[in-house]
Amino acid sequence: MSSTHSQSAGWGQKVIGVARWLRRDLRACLSLGFLLFLVGVAVFATVIAPHSPTAQNVNNMLLPPSGAHWLGTDDLGRDVLSRLIHGAPATLYASFLAVSIACLIGIPVGLIAGFVGGWLDDAISRVVDTLLSFPAIVLAIGVTGALGIGLTNGMISVGIVFAPQLARLVRAQTLIVKQELYVDAARCFGASTARIIIQHIVPNAIQPVIVQVTLLLAASLLAEASLSFLGLGVQPPQPSWGAMLARAYNYLEIAPEQMYAPGFAILLTALSFNALGESLRVALDPTMKHR
Amino acid sequence: MLQIAPVVVLATFVVFGLMHLVPGDPAVTLAGDYATAQRIEEIRHAYGFDRPLLVQYWSWLSGALQFDLGKSLQSSELVSSMIAHRFPNTLIVVVMALLLSMAIGVPFGILAATRSGGRLDAAITSISSLGVALPNFWLALILVATLSLGMGLFPATGSVSVSKSWFEAMHHATLPAIALAAGGIAEVTRQLRSALVEVLSSQFVRTLHAKGLSPLAILWKHGLKNVSVNLLTVLGLLVNRMLGATVVIEAVFAIPGMGSLVVHGAVAKDFPVVQGVVLTMVILVVVTNLLVDLLYTMLDPRVGRE
Repeated sequence: MSSTHSQSAGWGQKVIGVARWLRRDLRACLSLGFLLFLVGVAVFATVIAPHSPTAQNVNNMLLPPSGAHWLGTDDLGRDVLSRLIHGAPATLYASFLAVSIACLIGIPVGLIAGFVGGWLDDAISRVVDTLLSFPAIVLAIGVTGALGIGLTNGMISVGIVFAPQLARLVRAQTLIVKQELYVDAARCFGASTARIIIQHIVPNAIQPVIVQVTLLLAASLLAEASLSFLGLGVQPPQPSWGAMLARAYNYLEIAPEQMYAPGFAILLTALSFNALGESLRVALDPTMKHR
Repeated sequence: MLQIAPVVVLATFVVFGLMHLVPGDPAVTLAGDYATAQRIEEIRHAYGFDRPLLVQYWSWLSGALQFDLGKSLQSSELVSSMIAHRFPNTLIVVVMALLLSMAIGVPFGILAATRSGGRLDAAITSISSLGVALPNFWLALILVATLSLGMGLFPATGSVSVSKSWFEAMHHATLPAIALAAGGIAEVTRQLRSALVEVLSSQFVRTLHAKGLSPLAILWKHGLKNVSVNLLTVLGLLVNRMLGATVVIEAVFAIPGMGSLVVHGAVAKDFPVVQGVVLTMVILVVVTNLLVDLLYTMLDPRVGRE
């Protein structure tokens, strides 16, 4: 409200730009819509869910879908739809936690390596190469084992493991941007290093990072599902899609339909993050516009 | 060759450091909940936690260099022999999955690229985006429920050593390999398609068309030869990713492999086992990357000259 005229005009243009992009790109529109829907479900989980996600009922075990339980019940008689709804906040929390940690570590490290250069860049690049040689999920399992089992520790581990990917990307971008004329110009005008990085490097290097972050959200989601499936993430009775699949696995022979709902939830969410990332890549890349 | 030396050294630091990520006193954690002060002291001494960190690292590393990765805290088995027993079970699944990714991904990538913009291209591209987002352990569950429990075509769990029976070993590894390969097929298809589209739309290919070379000859002699380097890069990445993904797949199929070993180790805080498996896997990846780099120089003479 109190923003100056120029700022509000800038925001207005941005909103119009995003709206135009969404109208042109059906894929981006659909995936963004689904993700916003998911955020809504996560925020209002307690209101929407028809039943308690943890209320057990031994008389209602492994029921098929019905009017009372739209997606049936699980092995402890709990409503599958309610558990699915209550799994959404855990899943989103996990993905955003892991990616935030990856950004907090990866972006500054990449900026420093790219901007400072020299032996520091060499050292950081070697460490990044090393960490990228580890199969991500295996290293995350090792770190989780050390930090202690649980969703938060698991996702901190995933964030640490994903950080080098961002560091490498940010470094490469910084190396390109720092040779631009406007950076030299800023330095001539006496801008401090911090100001050059924040005002000039970051805004111009950030676009591929935004794309990568969106793709990492999908990867984190799949990592959370994997860790929870292995029993290293969400602990019972808290619901999570991966943990629901782990329970369904135990009853595969008598109730194989148990695995479809959480699996589709994971697939659709990962697909949406990936699709949004791909659409952003096309939208943000000036060389790919007007194709 | 010189490039990988620092990576290997740093990797051993990371693997060694895993145990020291444990919050608080590692000896107390390792001793368990009801340990006496004496037992904690014993463990501290046995692991050398009372010695300087670099001394500890050196003794661990010199052991590791002689394939001595310590003993499991749980079973007191030698970690190296546990890994040697389980590694073949993981290897057969990963190798089959890699072969499947190539055998299916390459033809689909070529099909999509040569019909770029068409309906078949759109279908292949959509399916491969689905394959990238598909949780592979969910696919594994579906395969078990339908093909093995439903129709009885494949065994649902376990693995058989190649030395016992080739056929049985392959039969047991087929479903895990398919589940593992889904992401790989999608990745190979996508990467090959985008690389091949770029080559086929380049100037020199247009010249070849103009001088009357048949499309098939262009594809074989010029298209695929130029994208073989991209294919190699994907293959290297897939080895890394599949060694990770196999952890969850092994859990679904109850395969006694490296993945189940590291998961049990992490749950039980059996650090020598976790360190041993992580070290083995990272060395495998580093060696693969080295092989990929060497093959680059063979495929692309420009690389070696730089």
